[in-house]
Amino acid sequence: MSEHSHTTEGHGHDEHAGLSKGKIWKVFGILLLITVIEFIIALILIPKGYMTQHIGNYVYIVLTLLKAFYIVAYFMHLKYEKLGLQLSLTVSFIFIIYFIVLMLTEGGFLNLHMLHH
Amino acid sequence: MNAVSQLDQVKTGPWNGGRSPWSVEYGKIMMWFFLLSDAFTFSSLLIYYGAQRFSKLTWPAPDKVFQSIPGVMEHGAPLVFVGIMTFILIMSSVTMVLAVEAGHRRSKKEVIGWMIATIIGGFMFLGCQAIEWTHLHHDGFWWGHIPSAEELKHFFNKPEDVSLIAAQQFANLFFTITGFHGFHVFSGVIINIIILIMTINGTFEKRGHYLMVEKVGLYWHFVDLVWVFVFTFFYLV
Repeated sequence: MSEHSHTTEGHGHDEHAGLSKGKIWKVFGILLLITVIEFIIALILIPKGYMTQHIGNYVYIVLTLLKAFYIVAYFMHLKYEKLGLQLSLTVSFIFIIYFIVLMLTEGGFLNLHMLHH
Repeated sequence: MNAVSQLDQVKTGPWNGGRSPWSVEYGKIMMWFFLLSDAFTFSSLLIYYGAQRFSKLTWPAPDKVFQSIPGVMEHGAPLVFVGIMTFILIMSSVTMVLAVEAGHRRSKKEVIGWMIATIIGGFMFLGCQAIEWTHLHHDGFWWGHIPSAEELKHFFNKPEDVSLIAAQQFANLFFTITGFHGFHVFSGVIINIIILIMTINGTFEKRGHYLMVEKVGLYWHFVDLVWVFVFTFFYLV
């Protein structure tokens, strides 16, 4: 989620600067579009064999992170907060990334173990 | 003389006191940090779910477990019902931002309208989740309960894939994680109702700002955010 760190600090947004209605509906449209793409993959591309489930899983995760970005950046307004707040809220997820790697490696090892015994 | 006056000089840097370095109100920062800790809790649950799935040779197929639209069709519509649930939650997130936007303009009437819409969306989602749970429970899944090995063949991609342990882990984790999320939605609806009553009473109008609406808005979007991940990892992957 480190995309937030690129946003500028110096724009001088005051706390009451909000999203315009047009922008809100635009973000809604993007979220809906991403969900529709996920459904097309799940209901058409994978069952008809245009995409393997394995590749599909990676695409799902990328699309999910993209949706998370739009929700956090625009709906939760983080894109317009100061860099310090953005960093303290996003860099913390380094622990979660570490935890994911740790636990999935462990799960993968158990899988191998079960295959061979 | 000069050295002393230097010490006495008022510092103006953002972290030297006297003003909020992030120019975010205290309560809002605390809401952010609460949500960060809550994100860690949900992450732990989902990562455990991931580790379980990685460790098992087979897993119940989402397309087969979730293929009914309650009251419309029993079989053959994978993901449609959860798609409706996802749409409801995203929609209620939009009405929440619109309430926040109306709050910036201090338009009490519009805040009330969008808050009511958000609350209705929350109840609709909870209703759908209740139906989803009931359906799965009727199929034989529950904490500590799974259908018989014969019936389980309908829930795996191939009959020889059936694994009782995987099915049980799926059931336990599905009800725990969607239950924990549903509990968050329920709390969110209650908080939204409280804020709605405060808005109607004119509390925020007297206060001169609608920051409380923004704070519950953050919570509500977070609930939507978690659902995006639950949806991916339980229904798509």
